[in-house]
Amino acid sequence: MDIRLDGISHSYDDFEVMRDISLHIESGQIVCIVGPSGCGKSTLLRFIGGLERPSKGRVYQLGEPPEGCLNPLTYIFQDFALLPWRSVAGNISLVLEDHGIRGARAKGIIDDVLARTKLSEFGNALPKQLSGGMKQRVAIARALAVNPAVMLMDEPLSALDAQTRELLMDDLVDLWVRQPFTAVYVTHNLAEAVRLGHKVVVLSRRPGQIREVVEIDKPLQERNFGDPELDAQQKHLWELMRDEARAADAELINV
Amino acid sequence: MSDTTISTPAETAGKGRTVAFRGGGFAPKSHRWVGAAVFVFLILIAEWGTRTGWISSLTLPKPSDVLETFKELYTSGLLFKHLGPSLSRLAIGAIIGVSLGISVGILIGLFSYIRSGLVPLVAAIFPIPKIALLPLFVIWFGIGEGSKYALIAFGTFTPTVVATYGAVDNVDRSLIRMGQSFGLSWFSIVRKIVLPGAMPGILSGMRISLAIAIILLVAAEMLGAEYGIGAYILEAGSLYDLERLFAGVVILSLLGVITSGVIGLIERRLLGWRS
Repeated sequence: MDIRLDGISHSYDDFEVMRDISLHIESGQIVCIVGPSGCGKSTLLRFIGGLERPSKGRVYQLGEPPEGCLNPLTYIFQDFALLPWRSVAGNISLVLEDHGIRGARAKGIIDDVLARTKLSEFGNALPKQLSGGMKQRVAIARALAVNPAVMLMDEPLSALDAQTRELLMDDLVDLWVRQPFTAVYVTHNLAEAVRLGHKVVVLSRRPGQIREVVEIDKPLQERNFGDPELDAQQKHLWELMRDEARAADAELINV
Repeated sequence: MSDTTISTPAETAGKGRTVAFRGGGFAPKSHRWVGAAVFVFLILIAEWGTRTGWISSLTLPKPSDVLETFKELYTSGLLFKHLGPSLSRLAIGAIIGVSLGISVGILIGLFSYIRSGLVPLVAAIFPIPKIALLPLFVIWFGIGEGSKYALIAFGTFTPTVVATYGAVDNVDRSLIRMGQSFGLSWFSIVRKIVLPGAMPGILSGMRISLAIAIILLVAAEMLGAEYGIGAYILEAGSLYDLERLFAGVVILSLLGVITSGVIGLIERRLLGWRS
């Protein structure tokens, strides 16, 4: 299933945050969206998943979601959004219960996604017992459980420390290599964008517009920490963004 | 520190002064025995004062006499004759008030129109001393048990509503957003996310509601109650029988301690997930 954004514009009252964004997200690709803070990248992600409505323009799903898909557009949030009163397995079962999946069938799915995210031993743990990286892996497992057509990842690694971030990036690459998934990945971290993105969309400062779409052809599994080719890409992205980021930083917040 | 300055001045010059600790305090911990010790201390003072005559028997009854009265109450079987009706009034009234309060509080927390309509109403009835309405309840619900249930229910209703909608407001919106993003039904979101998320606030509100219920119990038994702790206290009070008055008051205090303890137990069971 592909996603197409068609002329998305958005403003709060007379305050324009986004202007005419059109984008095609192809099945099996990870599209990273980067941009200076306040350019509306997280808002754009909420439009794609239907959690907010743009003032103008539309988001289309092209084609049918794959068989057995319970929730085509599935989010992974920066703050993990795990229910603190449910165990790891309970948090995953939460998103299955509403589809009438309980008992042995639910257990099968939960065991499978926990194994894929290397959490098999932690099914009974409560979120408060887990480290940040493990919490985000639970959130990834929960997203995998509904077999999404497109994963919408909102700064998923931003709340984690640098080492954990590296580990989780490797995990995400492994997951993708074993079974390619479609994802829109919003981040302010350019290193993440060049490691994970097949396409990197650079947004400009407010009002957010597409500045450039950078394609990175190198296969995900061959991208490593400190790869000179990626560093060059990252540098290019940073040059695109630097002035805007500085201007955005100096702006007064008046939303 | 001063020792080292004297013995090895050269080395201290190299080491410098120890940085003074200034990060203490502002983190109260609960020591269980201190609470009990305060009780014991106050009772012993009262006992000592009344025995030596430093406190006259008209000012305060002798604690040992109060204990004696309590024993009599127990052996004569009157204790349970009074306690039984009181506990059932308390339980029924509080269950009605708290469950209505939680339901209305959740509705206020979730729906704009209900919130706009009911919040001012709740604010208007919250400060009314419910005791003042007792005659009205007697007319509405009769002199029997009905008016007593109504008084306690009404008294526990408003604080429960306020605590509940405050708790619902405080539920992490990102969790609700998560529920919506996974396509959970409205009812599932309320049952599995809003309600457990509001539980800490609801339970701490219940501590207040149940204390109010015990206060109102005495008021409820002012009219037309033959048995009940409240009736017992009021009768003793009108006769200036301080020993019996205090025996009754002690029972109410114990009730308060027990309900608060029970809520503490429930909190530990239900809210173990809090870090």
